[in-house]
Amino acid sequence: MKAFKDAGHLFRLASVFLVGGVLFLAFRGVLVPRSFGQYGHYRGNAIKETAALPISYAGHQVCESCHADLLEVKSKGVHKRVACEACHGPLATHADDPASVQPAKLDTAVLCVRCHEANLAKPKNFPQVVSAEHSGGAPCETCHQPHSPAIVAVAGGSQ
Amino acid sequence: MSITRRQLLILLPAAAVAWKSILAGTPEASPNYNMTEHWWGMLVDITKCIGCGSCVRACQMENQVPDGYFRTWVERYHVSDYDIENPKVDSPDGGKNGFLPTSVSDGKNFFVPKMCNHCADSPCTQVCPVGATFVSPDGVVLVDQKYCLGCRYCVQACPYGCRFVDPKKKTAQKCTLCYHRITKGLTTACCENCPTGARQLADLKNPNDPIHEFLKTHSVQVLKPYLATRSKLFYNGLDGSVR
Repeated sequence: MKAFKDAGHLFRLASVFLVGGVLFLAFRGVLVPRSFGQYGHYRGNAIKETAALPISYAGHQVCESCHADLLEVKSKGVHKRVACEACHGPLATHADDPASVQPAKLDTAVLCVRCHEANLAKPKNFPQVVSAEHSGGAPCETCHQPHSPAIVAVAGGSQ
Repeated sequence: MSITRRQLLILLPAAAVAWKSILAGTPEASPNYNMTEHWWGMLVDITKCIGCGSCVRACQMENQVPDGYFRTWVERYHVSDYDIENPKVDSPDGGKNGFLPTSVSDGKNFFVPKMCNHCADSPCTQVCPVGATFVSPDGVVLVDQKYCLGCRYCVQACPYGCRFVDPKKKTAQKCTLCYHRITKGLTTACCENCPTGARQLADLKNPNDPIHEFLKTHSVQVLKPYLATRSKLFYNGLDGSVR
């Protein structure tokens, strides 16, 4: 009995630890988001938040659902695998509301050379020209139509 | 009201199931998308890259990447005939506006598109002190923008230099493999806009994905394989000089 004559101290100490533990668990329950640890040591809802971001590029399948005529032209030429928005830019807003959002008119002088300006680092089999020497200053679309760029013989001679 | 032992034994598992469903949180953003059915990666065919910078522009537009920062970029390598150990690399503005003509004609010249390798054993996620970056169950390395402190530990840890801290948001940013697009059945912005098909999104868990045939029939390499990060950015035609 003598050894435990001040046992009250132990109970007080134990109750301090108990209250501390309960407070820790309570704070933890409030502060740690519920989805934390759902898939691993991170907030599971962060995945859904990333997935819910808006898109800017509609994707060529969406373009083709309306512009079937252009797809027809494009699928016969060497640009058949170039997606619409690679040249026309991000147009998800146009796909959502085709009437009020109109794509900007493009400038072939800027667009064509992005890919086709000659550069030694490009693959040798890729069609490239030195634009300054190639057309003598004439715009690209004088001879090449961007959707199907092969030069076709024009009836009535060249112009 | 008292509960018998039998009733308690029935009630406890029911309560556990109910609690589990509460913990599960908000429903999926893309209801038809099942994370467990995918394991994403990407194929980059260097023999097709023309250095046009379409991928860089598309990525910046799609993800509102601030000017001067890149989630993907294109490097031009010049490997001289006499010093293959020290290639000359340039990437003006990340290759966003293409490249000026290559002035040197000797040796090898080629373009290398770079981006997050979406490593399955990524060094960047392991160092995060707050659990803000992680490999998702479908193999995409993501950053929790609400949890990130902006401590830059992950920026230093990435062996491929693919992360940066957003100058305005002060949080770590990186390629999300266009997670908001691939979960909707679209391809990434860079793959969508690559005019030569040099970039291909690959679902390694989908047995019908053309990636499997490509990996079988080509000599494909990853960057820095000696780091054993289990990178999922596969390069075809990768030169040994590329770092």
